[in-house]
Amino acid sequence: MKNRALRRVALVAAVASTSALVLAGCSGGGAASGGDGQVTLTVATFNDFGYTDALLKEYTDAHPNVKIVHNKAATSNDARANYFQKLGKTGLADIEAIEVDWLPEVMEYADLLAPVPDDLKSRWLDYKVKAATSTDGKLIGYGTDIGPEGVCYRSDLFAAAGLPTDREEVAKMLQGDWSTYFAAGDKYVAATGKAFFDSAGGTYQGAINQVEDAYENPANGEITATTNPEVKKIYDEVLKASATQSAHLGQWSDDWMAGLSNGAFATMLCPGWMLGVIEGNAPEVKGWDIANVFPGGGGNWGGSYLTVPANGKNVAAAQELADWLTSPDTQIKAFENAGTFPSQTEALKNETLLSNKNAYFNDAPVGQILTDRAEAVKVSPYKGKFYFQINDAMQKALTRVEDGTQDAATSWQQWVTEVDALK
Amino acid sequence: MTSTLERPTRSASAPAGARQPRRIGFGQRRSAWDLKFSPYLYISPFFILFAITGLFPIAYTAVISFMDWDLVRNSGHFIGFDQYTWVLSQPKFWVALRNTFSIFLLSSVPQLILAIFIAAMLDQNIRAKTFWRMSVLIPYVMAPVAVALIFSNMFGDQYGVVNTTLQNLGLPAVPWHSDALASHVAIATMVNFRWTGYNTLILLAAMQAIPREFYEAATVDGAGKARQFFSITLPSLKPTLIFVIITSTIGGLQIFDEPRMYDQYGTGGADNQWLTVTLWLYNIGWGEWNFGRAAALAWILFIIILAIGAINMFVTRSLVRDEGGRDQRSRRERRAQARAAKQRLEADADRRSTPRKEARR
Repeated sequence: MKNRALRRVALVAAVASTSALVLAGCSGGGAASGGDGQVTLTVATFNDFGYTDALLKEYTDAHPNVKIVHNKAATSNDARANYFQKLGKTGLADIEAIEVDWLPEVMEYADLLAPVPDDLKSRWLDYKVKAATSTDGKLIGYGTDIGPEGVCYRSDLFAAAGLPTDREEVAKMLQGDWSTYFAAGDKYVAATGKAFFDSAGGTYQGAINQVEDAYENPANGEITATTNPEVKKIYDEVLKASATQSAHLGQWSDDWMAGLSNGAFATMLCPGWMLGVIEGNAPEVKGWDIANVFPGGGGNWGGSYLTVPANGKNVAAAQELADWLTSPDTQIKAFENAGTFPSQTEALKNETLLSNKNAYFNDAPVGQILTDRAEAVKVSPYKGKFYFQINDAMQKALTRVEDGTQDAATSWQQWVTEVDALK
Repeated sequence: MTSTLERPTRSASAPAGARQPRRIGFGQRRSAWDLKFSPYLYISPFFILFAITGLFPIAYTAVISFMDWDLVRNSGHFIGFDQYTWVLSQPKFWVALRNTFSIFLLSSVPQLILAIFIAAMLDQNIRAKTFWRMSVLIPYVMAPVAVALIFSNMFGDQYGVVNTTLQNLGLPAVPWHSDALASHVAIATMVNFRWTGYNTLILLAAMQAIPREFYEAATVDGAGKARQFFSITLPSLKPTLIFVIITSTIGGLQIFDEPRMYDQYGTGGADNQWLTVTLWLYNIGWGEWNFGRAAALAWILFIIILAIGAINMFVTRSLVRDEGGRDQRSRRERRAQARAAKQRLEADADRRSTPRKEARR
């Protein structure tokens, strides 16, 4: 008798636990907005956008009915995976941050995002707005920061090679197109026998970002990369220079990080956020400096936007908050918190920004330098839905030549085959 | 021989007119059900869970693999076998397959040899046994990603510990990230580091189950340590070895963490030097968001693993049969005997049913 009772209990428990597990799989947490006009807004960012609790409190103080929950993902890749798994369904925050790297993929789904009001469009730099505008003219991202590029150099290594060390003079020496940059490299290599820049890949990236429609035709999305003479020209030029001038250290590799401190290369193309990367990997090196110049004009590398998913619960309130977060004043505060360089034209005139100096880079006036570099950017390269696959394959093609696996012609051919397979 | 197989004829002993109960009580019926269905009910939670988390995704993947799937819009249209054709026509696929098998062989073979050797050493009379046994398991406890991070740093092309040491010894540096075989060796090293100790412990347990009398008898017969190892230890390890080989095959074909963490991009190298099948699957799925292709590749991998599993099973069966030695008869003899027994049973049943029919009438 007792046995049977026990058995029955076990049976009920088994069934109950199974169904509990099943149910748990289906239920999802949802943020609710209260009845009395109370709104809870969720903001999802990654890395560090500079949105501190103190900064967000300024908004909630002015809007007592709003509560803000700020979720930070560790890396942009985590955020990307989360974004695409939930976009168009449920579970995204009211405001989701996205990075320029995966902006072209987001643009495919522009209809699932709430557009930025037209009267705000003049707030940002032209190329910032253009990159996030869909084919039917809707702006879907509130621009936060940008990555205007200068040239970082090791003044101690320049001195040893008999090159100018003062950042004004270095800027004068490098002023011009890419051939000027590579000519300086030849001089450096001849004097020291050491590498001038870090990698063909990084250098190529700087040059290709100055080409308007490098890989795809913006009118019909057709892939033109393999037949575009400009792409081939940059490819040849960079590889010709890299044979003697490159340290052959792929960016972000362990060897490259070591190269930042051991003097393996003397210069590097340098967006604003790279300054922190250099300082973090080579804290004991004294020679790093930054020159107010970029080969071939201006260049931008990286930056982010805030987006508002159209199917969120509080779209209007979220748009209001995104508007405030990307306003010039707030962005300057974010810059002070985390060094995110503002993309708003108004903010570029701000005194706090312009007077910003960096002690590690020999007290360089980085605020002024990067502002000048941001204004020098004239081209907004078109990046379609295949941009990153094509560019990734190109980076690998350059690496194959750099590490000696293939010669330039064979590697180009393999790249062409790979790009043709994308369609 | 034949007489032992004869069934005792029970029909004769049952009294012909015994009273059958008319109605079976509900309680009795319930306990009959209890006996019949309870076991299935008790194991059902696993199978229900498996159906939800295992079977459904597998089937759903199959459906998606026939479609051009848009993850975000959660929709797609049917395109037949196009995704499969695409995957199989890519040179990348064959490179990935080559890499997977190369890394698998480079990791499994040395690993097993090493594990057997270490286990044999640990099986000897050494001091502080538990200490040594626990020590070999420590790498297994480490997170694979942590292992991969440490080793990737050591295998740096220019400033890595391994190459610096080689150069200090006057040897040429190895291009760990551009030569395919070198990268496979480096990745296999990580795998070996992690799994050797685990296999050692399993093999050690099997070794300790070998009766010590065998060794005593061999010693009396004058066999040396090496001879004892090859003639007693190894043959007795066969079933355990088969288990270890199967688990490492499955693991080897699904290798992902180590190649993914091997460089800063995690996409398998500039010339796909260390691109494995699972790594490519991940890149297609979560890099390009092309889930149709990723699903097709997943199914191809599934079929490959099934095929290799089947080969494994055949090999295992023949090995175990040779080794077990429980049934010395040949297959033909066994079949003949089974047939004879069946015929006898049928004849028996016929004999029994005829008188019963008459009795009812």
